[in-house]
Amino acid sequence: MQEWANQLCENRQFGSKMTDSKYFTTTKKGEIFELKAELNSDKKEKKKEAVKKVIASMTVGKDVSALFPDVVNCMQTDNLELKKLVYLYLMNYAKSQPDMAIMAVNTFVKDCEDPNPLIRALAVRTMGCIRVDKITEYLCEPLRKCLKDEDPYVRKTAAVCVAKLHDINAQLVEDQGFLDTLKDLISDSNPMVVANAVAALSEIAESHPNSNLLDLNPQSINKLLTALNECTEWGQIFILDCLANYTPRDDRESQSICERVTPRLSHANSAVVLSAVKVLMKFMEMLPKDLDYYGTLLKKLAPPLVTLLSAEPELQYVALRNINLIVQKRPEILKHEMKVFFVKYNDPIYVKLEKLDIMIRLASQANIAQVLAELKEYATEVDVDFVRKAVRAIGRCAIKVEQSAERCVSTLLDLIQTKVNYVVQEAIVVIKDIFRKYPNKYESVIATLCENLDSLDEPEARAAMIWIVGEYAERIDNADELLESFLEGFHDESTQVQLQLLTAIVKLFLKKPTETQELVQQVLSLATQDSDNPDLRDRGYIYWRLLSTDPVAAKEVVLAEKPLISEETDLIEPTLLEELICHIGTLASVYHKPPSAFVEGSRGVQHKRLPARAGSGESAESPDTVSTGGVSEAPPAVIPSQGDLLGDLLNLDLTPPTTTGPPPPTSSMQMGAMDLLGGGLDSLLGGDIGGSPAMGASFGAPPAVMPGSFNAPVSGGLSDLFDLGGGVGMPMGAYVPPKTVWLPAMKAKGLEISGTFARRSGVVQMEMTLTNKAMSVMGDFAIQFNRNSFGLAPAGPLQVLTPFTPNQSIEVTLPLNTVGPVMKMEPLNNLQVAVKNNIDVFYFSCQYPISMLFVEDGKMERQVFLATWKDIPNDNESQFQIKDCHLNSDAASNKLQGSNIFTIAKRTVDGQDMLYQSMKLTNGIWILAELKVQAGNPNYTISLKCRAPEVAQSVFQSYEAVLKN
Amino acid sequence: MSASAVFVLDLKGKVLICRNYKGDVDMVEIDHFLPLLMQQEEEGLICPVMSHGNVHFLWIKHNNLYLVATTNKNSNASLVYSFLYKLVEVFTEYFKELEEESIQDNFVVVYELLDELMDFGFPQTTDSKILQEYITQEGAKLEVAKSKVPTTVTNAVSWRSEGIKYKKNEVFIDVIESINVLVNANGSVMSSDIVGSIKLKTMLSGMPELRLGLNDRVLFALTGRDKGKTVAMEDVKFHQCVRLSRFESDRTISFIPPDGESELMSYRINTHVKPLIWIESVIEKFSHSRVEIMVKAKGQFKKQSVANNVEVRVPVPSDADSPKFKTSTGHAKYVPEKNLVVWTIKSFPGGKEYLMRAHFGLPSVENDEMEGKPPITVNFEIPYFTVSGIQVRYMKIIEKSGYQALPWVRYITQSGDYQLRTNA
Repeated sequence: MQEWANQLCENRQFGSKMTDSKYFTTTKKGEIFELKAELNSDKKEKKKEAVKKVIASMTVGKDVSALFPDVVNCMQTDNLELKKLVYLYLMNYAKSQPDMAIMAVNTFVKDCEDPNPLIRALAVRTMGCIRVDKITEYLCEPLRKCLKDEDPYVRKTAAVCVAKLHDINAQLVEDQGFLDTLKDLISDSNPMVVANAVAALSEIAESHPNSNLLDLNPQSINKLLTALNECTEWGQIFILDCLANYTPRDDRESQSICERVTPRLSHANSAVVLSAVKVLMKFMEMLPKDLDYYGTLLKKLAPPLVTLLSAEPELQYVALRNINLIVQKRPEILKHEMKVFFVKYNDPIYVKLEKLDIMIRLASQANIAQVLAELKEYATEVDVDFVRKAVRAIGRCAIKVEQSAERCVSTLLDLIQTKVNYVVQEAIVVIKDIFRKYPNKYESVIATLCENLDSLDEPEARAAMIWIVGEYAERIDNADELLESFLEGFHDESTQVQLQLLTAIVKLFLKKPTETQELVQQVLSLATQDSDNPDLRDRGYIYWRLLSTDPVAAKEVVLAEKPLISEETDLIEPTLLEELICHIGTLASVYHKPPSAFVEGSRGVQHKRLPARAGSGESAESPDTVSTGGVSEAPPAVIPSQGDLLGDLLNLDLTPPTTTGPPPPTSSMQMGAMDLLGGGLDSLLGGDIGGSPAMGASFGAPPAVMPGSFNAPVSGGLSDLFDLGGGVGMPMGAYVPPKTVWLPAMKAKGLEISGTFARRSGVVQMEMTLTNKAMSVMGDFAIQFNRNSFGLAPAGPLQVLTPFTPNQSIEVTLPLNTVGPVMKMEPLNNLQVAVKNNIDVFYFSCQYPISMLFVEDGKMERQVFLATWKDIPNDNESQFQIKDCHLNSDAASNKLQGSNIFTIAKRTVDGQDMLYQSMKLTNGIWILAELKVQAGNPNYTISLKCRAPEVAQSVFQSYEAVLKN
Repeated sequence: MSASAVFVLDLKGKVLICRNYKGDVDMVEIDHFLPLLMQQEEEGLICPVMSHGNVHFLWIKHNNLYLVATTNKNSNASLVYSFLYKLVEVFTEYFKELEEESIQDNFVVVYELLDELMDFGFPQTTDSKILQEYITQEGAKLEVAKSKVPTTVTNAVSWRSEGIKYKKNEVFIDVIESINVLVNANGSVMSSDIVGSIKLKTMLSGMPELRLGLNDRVLFALTGRDKGKTVAMEDVKFHQCVRLSRFESDRTISFIPPDGESELMSYRINTHVKPLIWIESVIEKFSHSRVEIMVKAKGQFKKQSVANNVEVRVPVPSDADSPKFKTSTGHAKYVPEKNLVVWTIKSFPGGKEYLMRAHFGLPSVENDEMEGKPPITVNFEIPYFTVSGIQVRYMKIIEKSGYQALPWVRYITQSGDYQLRTNA
């Protein structure tokens, strides 16, 4: 650091220009002493010069904290420049000298009342940056005044100061009522004040997700939208980012917000554009797809996204990462824009790689010729990583667009001819995948591949080549020689290659047993006797035993038909994709990871979700209001980054209550009335029916302890609350079973309850008829559920009109949510309920149709469906017969849609209609179905595939119920 | 929400100046920045976002400086980059050149600016013209002016101060269209578009209300006019001063302009543009002996127009030597440090065709380093002409004092990203 200053000093001796750099020159011993003297000088000018020297030293990293009292003494000055410098010094050193920082308080208080607004603002801005707990309380009064200052410049600065203070001492800010003042500033007449207030509130809300600070409602949204037109570009971003947290009540509100946000797409600042895109992508979700406006909006999004590619490279990069998400969510937006993603020679590498990725996503039969020509061009570039990715991309195109496969293969062969080592290797790796996808179609190229055997030095390429030789051993005359050549250096190969070689030779032996006996023995002994690798040894022994005991079985195992590989291998899992769409423009969207994966302390922060496509339901709540109450305690959800994490709800090991995770959220927190039940329902129930066969053994577990692994489903259910945001305008209406008697009067001292469950406008409801068959008036009703499979819990208290007189019957509707505690029940859809009145507490259990948990956005994209279907192991598939159903396939499809079972595709084979359907449960579990309907045959066959196969039985029951009613 | 702190580093990673805005990221974390960057450079996978532990670095490079923002939250990345570029813009307007020296020479003002540009990670006033009214370089001189906040800062019109006076009220409008073309080695145009920009130099008194009329196809369709040629702009971007909702509703471009120079709007037109200067090239490489280059350039625009300062840049192998040229017009020059032949033609009328031949020797020992295939690039400008045919139909200027003001319009078409791939 000194060097820097010295060098500067030398340079300056030549130049006559006087600049700030002269302040860096004093570096000798005794400097501090000298500075001290100068700081205490009587001359103003000398003082200022001295402070500048101090700041210069600070800038180059020298410790000048010893001068603290002397510098603070200079604070009281009418020279603004000097004051700024002293403030700067204070911000840097106050924390290391907290006791002395108190000395500055008086001046701050005084400056906050200065007639000059610039000084008032400077004081309030600096105050907040002095992170010393001791002095914060002295700052409350000045801050309070500044928040009400007549000058907007001071108010906008004070607004930010509230966020700073909150960061240091949240309690103090709440006690002083600053949050309310801040909320009032959202209605300020000055747009910049509004913008900063929004920014400050958003910041506070982010660290305190339950504070319900951003109480967004149509009125406040309207104010924000008005301010949006008037504030600075940055203010527009704060407001747009805040708007993105709001969930409109219905599609009309959603549309009107979109209409007022779209003009922002024409802003010159890319960040404004991306934030606007985020709001639009999110709210669009609620618009019915057949609405004209929906189409208009889609069209409006493409041009600004394309223009982002002319921004600075770093902004291009952010834009491309986001476009990658947008293309997966709504491919229709950019499907005609392939050309703009063509790579330019001078693009930075990170831009090139992203463009390539998007090109593959957009590749289709219509544009594949152009794409291939480009990819071939890229494959001859010099940047190794880019070239490799380009070669890989050609393979992906072959797999994705079947019609192009042949052309892709010939392009790859051309590339192999270039003999560029890494191109050849990469090409061989992808050709292997092409063979997997299109078996027995392109073996003619094997000869060419074999020519390049010697140049392969990367394990992945070697393994791929060996796989090809083994797989097509019967068509390669010298397969044994080729494989033998690899065998020589067996122990130097990587595990990947060794395993592949072992399998390939076994395959070869099974195909040509006579001439390769020696070879197979050699490899088996190499793998089993001379290797330390347990995987290799195990595989070797398995083959060995198979071959020696039952060669036929060996053939069946080793040469078994392989499942097809899916075309889109790297799609982002849909729930994660939805969450990332809500984070457009942020780091999360750049990393393609949820914020919880890289932000520390994001516990309890909710996962954002897209709103459900809404009809006119009134129940939509903004995420902020939802987050109040018991939900807050929910541990962070682990977003499944791979599909198979999706539905682990039912695989949980329930018995050993060993984990002492955080206490589960109990629903009693949400319902004041529940206090009446004393120690919670669980304990009450435990004594009474704990022994009944319907209850799992786990039921007796102490309520406070919950297996840690429960966390995921609990909060999964949490985020699904947004799904309740509004129901689709349902064509047929969801199936509602008829009411049945749940609690006979005999068992409940005269109270009879019959009821059913329904899903109306996206809200799950328990609909009950209560009859008073007793002789006296009833009152003081309350209800509670036991933990259940899907976390169902009352969303409000049970409201029974009192007095409930004898012989009276009343209808009660109880809205439910799915944020309650979760426990697997047997059967899955069993629900145990306790109802209390002034007489006693009564218990009953009932079963709900699982179809009421099918959410409105349960329609999977076709491609995702295909990929998911293939991805779910066959073991998870269950088949059922639905007998005596006389609907044709269209009627069935309509009827099912009413219950949020969506038909994605229909295929007719030999007079048999196959309906491919999807549905999603409130906890995010997807269920895929294939329904076979044969004309004239009243028996349907249904196959269900789900990562949590336990739900199949209940789903089947729901199918049956919906179709037959 | 955005940056926790902002740093300006030299190329060695040393902090020249920094500002801690939020205090939630340790300032010493910046020491990890350069090692991370160097590691990425080594791996050839450089990326504008890097992370170390839970700290994320978002950075840009300008001259001999790195501008780095740190954060440990899920920040709005696009906002951070926009802000960093804004920082460059403001510093450049303050110090002419933003580089290591100018930061050192002006550290007091830099601190003041950093304080004013961002507060607690939220960008604030970033309009340098307005900032210059109350944050000045010569503190002593403008003590009086500095002592008050310009109302502009918090005004809805935050880009223009009141009380501006000119003797002669004029506004100069430059319509500049850049042509981006990517041509494949076999001569087919892979992609082409026009990026237009309308720049203003405003010398107007008071708070004038301006309205700009273009031959915008959407506007004409809205108003039912269909006279003459119209232009369909694919996407339009406006300066902060333009009322976006007004444009969205009736395509009117109305605004109160910033004083002096500014870019009012930019637009993109995604039509198939005929490359204005067409290049055909034959590059024959005879290993170990020579390279022969033949380039034909053809002006594919109106005969009345003339392209000025045409430069055709043809790549040559890095180990080429002893150049020989023959041109039918202009002159060719070998630029060995860039591995280019630059063929310059001062004046190139439409419809004409010119030829250039070059001959290079190649060493007998081959360079074993793989070389890329850089494309041929072309630079040119054609005045008094726009490819799209866009026209300024009127510029209405209304100010309450009622002065008369004259708008002046100039048109120019120039090369943008103009690349033609070669076979070599």
